[in-house]
Amino acid sequence: MSLLVIAEHDNASLKAATLNAVAAAAKIGGDIHVLVAGSGCGAVAEQAAKVAGVAKVRVADAAHYGDQTAENLAALIVANAAGYSHILAPATSIGKNTLPRVAALLDVAQISEIISVVDADTFVRPIYAGNAMATVKSADAVKVITVRTTGFDAVAATGGNAAVEPLSAGSDLGQAKLVSRELTKSARPELGAAKIIVSGGRGMGSGENYHKVLEPLADKLGAAMGASRAAVDAGFVPNDYQVGQTGKIVAPQLYIAIGISGAIQHLAGMKDSKVIVAINKDPDAPIFQVADYGLVADLFTTVPELVAAL
Amino acid sequence: MKILVPVKRVIDYNVKVRVKADGTGVDLANVKMSMNPFDEIAVEEAMRLKEGGKATEVVAVSCGVTACQETLRTAMAIGADRSILVESDVELQPLAVAKLLAAVAKKEAPQLIILGKQAIDDDSNQTGQMLAALLGWSQATFASKVVIGEGKATVTREIDGGLETLEITLPAIVTTDLRLNEPRYATLPNIMKAKKKPLEVVKPADLGVDVAPRLSTVSVAEPPKRSAGIRVADVAALVDKLKNEAKVIA
Ligand SMILES: Cc1cc2nc3c(=O)[nH]c(=O)nc-3n(C[C@H](O)[C@H](O)[C@H](O)COP(=O)(O)OP(=O)(O)OC[C@H]3O[C@@H](n4cnc5c(N)ncnc54)[C@H](O)[C@@H]3O)c2cc1C
Ligand SMILES: Cc1cc2nc3c(=O)[nH]c(=O)nc-3n(C[C@H](O)[C@H](O)[C@H](O)COP(=O)(O)OP(=O)(O)OC[C@H]3O[C@@H](n4cnc5c(N)ncnc54)[C@H](O)[C@@H]3O)c2cc1C
Repeated sequence: MSLLVIAEHDNASLKAATLNAVAAAAKIGGDIHVLVAGSGCGAVAEQAAKVAGVAKVRVADAAHYGDQTAENLAALIVANAAGYSHILAPATSIGKNTLPRVAALLDVAQISEIISVVDADTFVRPIYAGNAMATVKSADAVKVITVRTTGFDAVAATGGNAAVEPLSAGSDLGQAKLVSRELTKSARPELGAAKIIVSGGRGMGSGENYHKVLEPLADKLGAAMGASRAAVDAGFVPNDYQVGQTGKIVAPQLYIAIGISGAIQHLAGMKDSKVIVAINKDPDAPIFQVADYGLVADLFTTVPELVAAL
Repeated sequence: MKILVPVKRVIDYNVKVRVKADGTGVDLANVKMSMNPFDEIAVEEAMRLKEGGKATEVVAVSCGVTACQETLRTAMAIGADRSILVESDVELQPLAVAKLLAAVAKKEAPQLIILGKQAIDDDSNQTGQMLAALLGWSQATFASKVVIGEGKATVTREIDGGLETLEITLPAIVTTDLRLNEPRYATLPNIMKAKKKPLEVVKPADLGVDVAPRLSTVSVAEPPKRSAGIRVADVAALVDKLKNEAKVIA
C-alpha cells in the first residue's frame, strides 16, 4: 500500500504542517510518498527527502504551480493518483482549497480534518465546532483526507533519505491568476506552530490597545499572537490572527485568553491547548469553564503587572 | 448574469449541541434550525451584485428534507428571485450535494455560484470546491471581497498568512468567508413577498444523480471534557502556578 502526502511549502522551504500530515500517513501505514508541486522548489524537495519515514519524493516543478492555485494543483494530483490508497494534505488554507477538488475528480468523498486514525478506512473528525467527535468509515477505493495538524505529533524533519523523482508537469489550465498577496509580516512564531499564544478579544477595546497591552507580554514569552473573531471584525488585527471554528485551530502548551468571553466558536479553536489561562473582568464569562487558571480582573491593569512579574 | 446560491438548513449557531446517548449522532429533535451563517453572507453578496447592476437574477437552491423550504423562503426574503429544492430524506454528503448542484447548474447556466465556505454542522468545507471540479470551473474560496469584471472576477481570499487576490475566469465558484459582508435582516414586507415567489421542487432522480452516502458514521461521541480549573487571586499567584505547577514557563 502506498500513500501520497501533498507537501505544504512556499517554494523555498517545507512548512511544518507537512510533518503532521506525514505523521497521520504513518499511523495509517504503508509506503509514504510526498508530492512537491511548485516553481523553483528544488530545495523543498530536498527537505522533504530528509523527513523521517518518507520513501519517495515526487517533484513537479513548473511556473504554473508556483502560486498553488487549486485548479492546476488538483489536476496534477489526479493525474498522478494511480496506485495510491490514500491522498493526504494538512488542513491549511491550501489543503482545504485543493483536496475537495481532487476528491470530486476521483469521484470519492473527502474526509475533512481528521484528528485520529482508527484503521485504514476509519477516522475520527470533529463536527459541530468540535462539540461532537464523529468516527467515520469510508467505502471508497481511495481515501482523500485533510489532516488537522494539532491531532498528530509532527514526525522528525530529518533522518530520512528518500529518493527524489521528477514528474512531468500538466498543462496550465489558465483559470486563475494570482494578482497579489499581502502576508502579515511578523518576527513572532506562526500561530499554528507556537508553544505559547497570547490572544486578545473585544475586551481590548481598540487595535491600539491590543498592540500596546499585548505585545510586551508576547515579547516576554516569545509567544505568537491570536485574536477572537470580534477583535478581527472590529479591525484590531488582520484576519489571519483569528482563532476558532472558522479561523485557525491551535493547541499550544499555553494559551492566554485576554478579554475574550469564550464563545463556542472560539473555544473550538483552542480548547485542546495544554494549559489555558483566562483574564476577564466578568466572573461569569464562559471562558472560565475551560481555563486551568482564571483571573477575574481588569486586563488593562493586570497584563502590565503580569509583564512586570515575568 | 444569473447567480446561483446554495443554502443549507443547519442547527442554529446559538444552539449548544448534545450528542445522543446511544452515540448515533447529535440530537436534532426540537432544536432551532436556521440558514447556515456563511450562506446568509452568500445570499447578501448575490443581492449586492444584483443591486449594483452586475447580476440580473438570483436563484437559491437547497438540498435536503422538505423543511429546507423554510431556508429557501428566508433566502427569498433577503431578496433571491426564486428557488429550487432538491428534496431528499437521504443523508446528503458533500459529494452528493455537489453533484446535485452541478446538475442544477447545467440546467440554469449561471455565471457565478456563491456558496458558504463551510456549513457549521458538519464543518466539511468541501462542497464549493467539489462543485467547481465537477463543472470544470475556476474557484475562489474563503472570499472577503468580490469584484465582477468582463468575463472574469477579482476575488480577495483569506489565507493562512494573510490575504491573496486572484483573478478567475467566469463562470466560477466563490465561497464566502465571514468578512465578505454583513447580511441584512429580512423585513416583514419582504418575508410576506417571499411567500409568493416561485419555489420549484425536484428529486435527485429527476436530475439523474446517485446520492448514496460514501461515508458511514460509526459513532458520534462527546469530546473529552476539560475540567474547569481554579481561580487565582492575583498576578503573583498566576505566575507561581504557571512556573511551578503547570511548568509551562521558565
Ligand atoms: C458562523 C460563525 C463563526 C464564528 N467563528 C468564530 C471564530 O472562528 N473565532 C471566534 O473567536 N469567534 C467566532 N465567532 C464569533 C463568536 O460567536 C463570538 O462572537 C466571538 O468569539 C466573541 O469575541 P470576544 O470574546 O472577543 O468578544 P465578547 O464576547 O464581546 O467578549 C469580550 C470579553 O472581554 C471582557 N472584557 C471587556 N473589557 C475587559 C477588561 N477591561 N478587562 C478584562 N476583560 C474585559 C468581557 O467581560 C467579555 O467577556 C463565530 C460566529 C459565527 C456566527
Ligand atoms: C438527515 C441527515 C442526517 C445526517 N447525519 C449525519 C451524521 O450523523 N454525521 C455526519 O457526519 N453527517 C450527517 N449528515 C450530513 C451532514 O450534515 C452534511 O449535510 C454533509 O456532510 C455536507 O457537509 P457540509 O454541509 O459540512 O458541507 P460544506 O462543504 O461545509 O458546505 C459548504 C457549503 O455548501 C453548500 N451546501 C452544503 N450542503 C448543502 C445542501 N444540503 N443544500 C444546499 N447547499 C448546501 C452551502 O452553501 C454550504 O455553505 C446528515 C444529513 C442529513 C440530511
